[in-house]
Amino acid sequence: MKKILISNGHIIDPANKIDQIGSVYIADGKTLAVNEQVSGFTADLTIDATDNVVCPGFIDLSARLRDPGQSYKGTILSETTAAASAGITSLCLPPDTSPVIDTQAVTELIADKSEKANYPQVFPIGALTHKLAGAELSSMSALKQAGCIAVSNATAALTSLLVLRRAMEYASSHDLLVMYHPDIPSLSNNGCVHEGAFATRYGLPSIPEASEAIAVAQCLELAELTGCRLHFSQISCKRSAIKIQQAKKYGLKVTADVAIHQLHLTDEDIEPFNSSFHVLPPFRTKKDKQSLRESLANGTIDIICSDHQPHDLDAKLGAFPETEPGISSLETLLPLALRLVEDNAVTLYQGIAALTQNPANTLAIESGALTPGFAADICIFDPNLSWTVNQDTWKSEGRNTPFWGQTLKGRVTHTLQAGKIIYTL
Amino acid sequence: MKNLQLNTEGKLKHFLSIDGLSKEILTEILDTAESFSSMSEKQVKKVPLLRGKTIVNLFFENSTRTRTTFELAATRLSADVLSINIATSATSKGESLLDTIRNLEAMHVDMFIVRHAISGAGHFIAQNTAPHISVINAGDGQHAHPTQAMLDMFTIRQYKHDFSQLKVAIIGDILHSRVARSQIQALNTLGCKEVRVIAPKTLLPSHVESLGVTAFNCIEEGLEDVDVIIMLRLQKERMTSALLPSEREYFKCFGLTEERLKLAKGNAIVMHPGPINRGVEIESSIADGPQSVILKQVSNGIIVRMAIMSLTLQNNGEA
Repeated sequence: MKKILISNGHIIDPANKIDQIGSVYIADGKTLAVNEQVSGFTADLTIDATDNVVCPGFIDLSARLRDPGQSYKGTILSETTAAASAGITSLCLPPDTSPVIDTQAVTELIADKSEKANYPQVFPIGALTHKLAGAELSSMSALKQAGCIAVSNATAALTSLLVLRRAMEYASSHDLLVMYHPDIPSLSNNGCVHEGAFATRYGLPSIPEASEAIAVAQCLELAELTGCRLHFSQISCKRSAIKIQQAKKYGLKVTADVAIHQLHLTDEDIEPFNSSFHVLPPFRTKKDKQSLRESLANGTIDIICSDHQPHDLDAKLGAFPETEPGISSLETLLPLALRLVEDNAVTLYQGIAALTQNPANTLAIESGALTPGFAADICIFDPNLSWTVNQDTWKSEGRNTPFWGQTLKGRVTHTLQAGKIIYTL
Repeated sequence: MKNLQLNTEGKLKHFLSIDGLSKEILTEILDTAESFSSMSEKQVKKVPLLRGKTIVNLFFENSTRTRTTFELAATRLSADVLSINIATSATSKGESLLDTIRNLEAMHVDMFIVRHAISGAGHFIAQNTAPHISVINAGDGQHAHPTQAMLDMFTIRQYKHDFSQLKVAIIGDILHSRVARSQIQALNTLGCKEVRVIAPKTLLPSHVESLGVTAFNCIEEGLEDVDVIIMLRLQKERMTSALLPSEREYFKCFGLTEERLKLAKGNAIVMHPGPINRGVEIESSIADGPQSVILKQVSNGIIVRMAIMSLTLQNNGEA
């Protein structure tokens, strides 16, 4: 196995409280040492990281790969290739594939496909309920055994709070993390934008903040009741953040993530009827965006995810409410995170923690850190390199992003997974 | 963002929404309609302005009245008109909206008049159609119904002349009304002194004030001293979706009665985009009474649509 030396980079490893210029030593696919001379170490390969940042590979808690079932939107191969180019070394695949991830067979199929793709590690998230129908429990123990890292009902509705309670109790019996997408469907009422001045002006079906905040409040009570490890996926508004902050103060074991685009766009930024802005949860208000940024800085929100949802052209071709929601967002994850640093919303150290250490802690995996002995999952990026989002740079099958055509700053130069270079610029 | 409705010279090319249009453009539409107004009384009710042009009425939602006035307006401009009722046509066989448009484009048409149940359908078609084709929105979801708003503005101008002194009240289901949204935008653009909306909270959109209106939940307060009263049609579905308890209670609280009409100015006019639910939103005697201009709205509908069709086609390249 190759020995690799990454020299003279700005090493940021929040899990080990490292933030300094130095070198990383890799051997046998594992991190050997950081900033310490290793005697007798002769590198087979040296990567000069001068002026670049060296950090643990990013862990993305929500990335749809559209595989199995919707390969016209993307495949495990195409989307993990895009993820590798974005510095992502591990990602979680929500269970709403087709077929749903609710059997060992589907879980193993995904594991098999991603092993062959040989790119970032794919962690399937098992279905919380059978076929995601929201009524009966899935075989969680079998799913866990087959490799599911958590369980979730994705954006599918549950038929009752009793089902949610039982599912949380059962998941907790198997020490499985429950990832919950807070939404009360009867209140969201098939809306497609935030309920506010924008929706009113354009006559679009809308979703009030209450449909998310009520779901957060209910689920927090059930976490208290069941003792389940709970993670909120993609919260979008201030009222949810306030409730999570209170729960954390109270000592509840709960974490939360936010989709990167929610930290940058609001309903005021939506170009009227431009379907690339159609996303769920919808873009909220300036006040919500500000609150989400503050929540990330103060630790209420632990994690930034991509919430990657690639689409084919047809899915976005139609009148706004009829188009499919979602943004293809793996490749803009790092530059948009760096923009938060530029806006002084978070420090670079905090931003990297939200992409590495924090998601690893939530998933309870030995990753997201440059700890000696851990698999050498590493991202090296140039924080000042500008690039334009266009067909020459883009790798995902889905080109559905409101950032298409824009020039962004910050680009990954190398991605290593278990000491193997899976991407170079 | 550049306004999709305007050509490179800033002239109206599509007519999709009042939103983003200037007072000058709206006034030009009203003035052009005015120039057609003497025509309706003539023996020969035709001008050759759009001779040789093909106009397609593309109605994804049924509406006999709006479609008929568009057909009549097109015929009076000497255009050839084709009306397609999509509700019973190809799209129900799985043909996509875009395929339908592409097929009609291939037949060398010049204008689409579109009614659709989804907000933004008109914008979508205008964005995806060949550049020489003009698109007129005849109502899309809850978004806009700009030709209806313009015929209402024309009617108001006929009776009241100057917008700057007017207080206008719109009563009814504002939440679901594309007519109300377009009327509010038109009234504000034309410099109306005050626009009020009157409805229970269940029928008002959130942040309704952001549209530039004052909201009232009590009809008596809202009607005080207004010059123009616009009633909206109440759809039966509102009762089954828990927005209102009953038609009877609605009429009791928000119906326009002779008694309530007295709260407005003595010379106030009463408007309704039709069709009327007599005894639900308006008392029969008012609908047929001296202050009602409801039938005048209908006849104005033809000349205002003639104005919009001829202006957009003239401003669109080869016309």
